Amino acid sequence: MSLLPFFQWCEASSVSRAISTSPWAFAVIESVHLLGLAAIGGAVLLVDLRMLGLGLRRQTIAEVARDAQPWLVGSLVVMLSTGIPLFLSEPIKCYYSTPFWVKMTCLLLAITFTFTVRRKVTMADALRVRPIWYKLVAVASLALWFGVGASGRWIGFSG
Amino acid sequence: MSLLPFCEWLASTRGSIALHESLYMYPLVESAHVLTLCLFVGMAVMLDLRLLGFTLRRVPVSDVLSRLGPWMAVGFATMVVTGLLLFYAIPVRSYQNIFFRLKMITLVLAGLNAWVFQMTVRRRLATWDRDASPPRAARMAGAVSLLLWAVIIVSGRMIAYNWFDCDKQPQPWIVNRAAGCVVAAR
Repeated sequence: MSLLPFFQWCEASSVSRAISTSPWAFAVIESVHLLGLAAIGGAVLLVDLRMLGLGLRRQTIAEVARDAQPWLVGSLVVMLSTGIPLFLSEPIKCYYSTPFWVKMTCLLLAITFTFTVRRKVTMADALRVRPIWYKLVAVASLALWFGVGASGRWIGFSG
Repeated sequence: MSLLPFCEWLASTRGSIALHESLYMYPLVESAHVLTLCLFVGMAVMLDLRLLGFTLRRVPVSDVLSRLGPWMAVGFATMVVTGLLLFYAIPVRSYQNIFFRLKMITLVLAGLNAWVFQMTVRRRLATWDRDASPPRAARMAGAVSLLLWAVIIVSGRMIAYNWFDCDKQPQPWIVNRAAGCVVAAR
């Protein structure tokens, strides 16, 4: 089954036309997307660095993770609610863009990983988690989110 | 005094032309510049939110400053190096771009804000280090910093758009003035 008809339907939608024909809509939405990037970067890095034994080392991992959580969720909401209109402005271009599919794959994995494994490990009683697990989870999280960011930037360079 | 002759000379150097015309180097430098946002501004945002009393409320501000400071320094250095390279690749157009100019002015303001914070309320840090909600001056520094970095990010992104470029005439005189465009008199 091909997803192409869905992408074509998106491209023909009025929202898509409104964004792609406006001279400034894409620029404004993308700027907010970048503001979200800075915030989500901080919220993710703070916890991942802590799990690697860096950054806020005098606080427990659970404490840092709890404080970062609302900002992680909030910035993710900003990212998704600006990312969707950015996609809608050029769905067909995205369909034929390899970086777009790499980004979506990384994004799906990153979100799933963050709200299951990573959440469970960061909130767990520190005495019951082997230190190596923290490091592995942090490296996996950093790699997945880096994949999202790097391939996301590359969508703009290709095509 | 105009920096235009310097920018024109810079644009004529071999390194500038090579970087400008490179297939992969320029996009790589630009990606590094954008992704380092996560490290530098990301950490700055967490610090500012702590100063505002919005997060890490039980973490002493001195801990946040000393433990995140080195990461911010590394991030900032990367931003400056990649940013200089981006300017080096496209000097004249950047110099005559109103968003680039706005970004440079805002960067100076962000530096001033950090300097004022260092010179005033941080001197008294021992008295409010553990306050969940820091004193007004510290909260102000955090809020102003958040606002300025937001303007820096947005204006930085807008440099890519050519709406107000000098080669797109006619423009309102105020745009030409702000961008430093050299427009032939009619």
